[in-house]
Amino acid sequence: MKLFWYSSPQTFYPLAGTLAKWTGALAVVLMVVGLTIGFFVAPTDAQQGEAYRIIYIHVPAAWMSMFIYVVMAFWAGAGLAFNTRLSAMMARALAPTGALMTFIALWTGSLWGKPTWGTYWVWDARLTSELILLFLYLGFMALQASIDDPRRADRAGAVLALVGVVNIPIIYYSVQWWNTLHQGATIKRSSSIESTMLTGMLVMVLAFWMYSIAASLVRVRCIIREREAL
Amino acid sequence: MLETARCIVHRDLLLALRRRSDVAIALLFFVIVASLFPLGIGAEPNLLRAIAPGVIWVAALLSSILSLHRVFEADHADGTLEQMLLGAAPLGVTVAAKTLAHWLVSGLPLVAIAPLIALQYDLDAALYGILALSLLLGTPVLSLIGAVAAALTLGLRGGGVLLALLVLPLYVPVLIMGAGAVEMAAAGLGGQGQLLLLAALLVVAMAFAPWAIAAALRISSE
Repeated sequence: MKLFWYSSPQTFYPLAGTLAKWTGALAVVLMVVGLTIGFFVAPTDAQQGEAYRIIYIHVPAAWMSMFIYVVMAFWAGAGLAFNTRLSAMMARALAPTGALMTFIALWTGSLWGKPTWGTYWVWDARLTSELILLFLYLGFMALQASIDDPRRADRAGAVLALVGVVNIPIIYYSVQWWNTLHQGATIKRSSSIESTMLTGMLVMVLAFWMYSIAASLVRVRCIIREREAL
Repeated sequence: MLETARCIVHRDLLLALRRRSDVAIALLFFVIVASLFPLGIGAEPNLLRAIAPGVIWVAALLSSILSLHRVFEADHADGTLEQMLLGAAPLGVTVAAKTLAHWLVSGLPLVAIAPLIALQYDLDAALYGILALSLLLGTPVLSLIGAVAAALTLGLRGGGVLLALLVLPLYVPVLIMGAGAVEMAAAGLGGQGQLLLLAALLVVAMAFAPWAIAAALRISSE
């Protein structure tokens, strides 16, 4: 098998279908297992009570939200550098999933914040940088959506994604410094974590991985269908 | 190469001088936005003093967005941009010169007029210097990042709003450092740290933004 055999949309299309099926099924199974552990097996947190259980969704979503942006920028950069069609399609397919993950992370974070911090929103460094990440995703999608020519849309989006990925660490640290200027750390987590909690969390992280892979593969199949003669 | 850059700066400044109202509008916008905050929030002097750096910086950001589309739009419309793309001069130098010219007509006046706004907000006079310095270091970064987005959205429908959406999240570090420098100085802690960080941002932006702008222009005018 040649290394780049699947880099052509035509050959990737059936592979993506098979992979999407398997990862999708795995996502469902892992999510059921992970949520069962998280909601019913894991003990109640000593400090936060039952409210902590939202981390089984919140933490995986937050991880994926940041990771997907990097993957998206990687594919965008590859598409720009090597002028490959599939890379740009992957970048485009990943963006909505990344935006969804960011949104879920923000939403669950604010739901967790209400019982724990007593407010839905604080201008915490992590929350703020997550919000800006959501804006970056939306900007990327809006730019691609407003350009009619798909090749130009891909390449313009790629430049934006690369500028964004250079900016993300700068934004993250600047927000952190800004935050320390205004207020101290709002919460300190205990460093030790119950093993069932950890298991549940890891299973959920895997589930979110599988979901993200499946969702973006399904989306990339749609994009291939739209653009290529199969 | 420097000769080309000088020519472009000269040309763009001359064009701006011929259409003075464009420049004036962005400046007027800055003043009006900054004047609206006391009307909305109330004229409590302590409150105004506290929010002054932030308000001035946010107004500068918005004003910068308002004038961004002008960097390439006219040249794109009359075909000059294509000649620049085809020309012998390196595109990076060309766009750097254009961005510099844009900053001279849109960023520099903000630096000059900001103390006036600060006066309205009753900001301590000792802070004018640091406010102007933070704007002097920060607004070129705004122009450089903004020019990337302006090049990407060249000739698109709804380009103006899209431009704002693309560029505002990327402006966040500049806003934080810029307003932070003045706030730190106001708190008696000295804003040197933030100013140095702003300078670092400027150096990084000057090094990398021209490449990104050139790449974006090539994509937009294929």
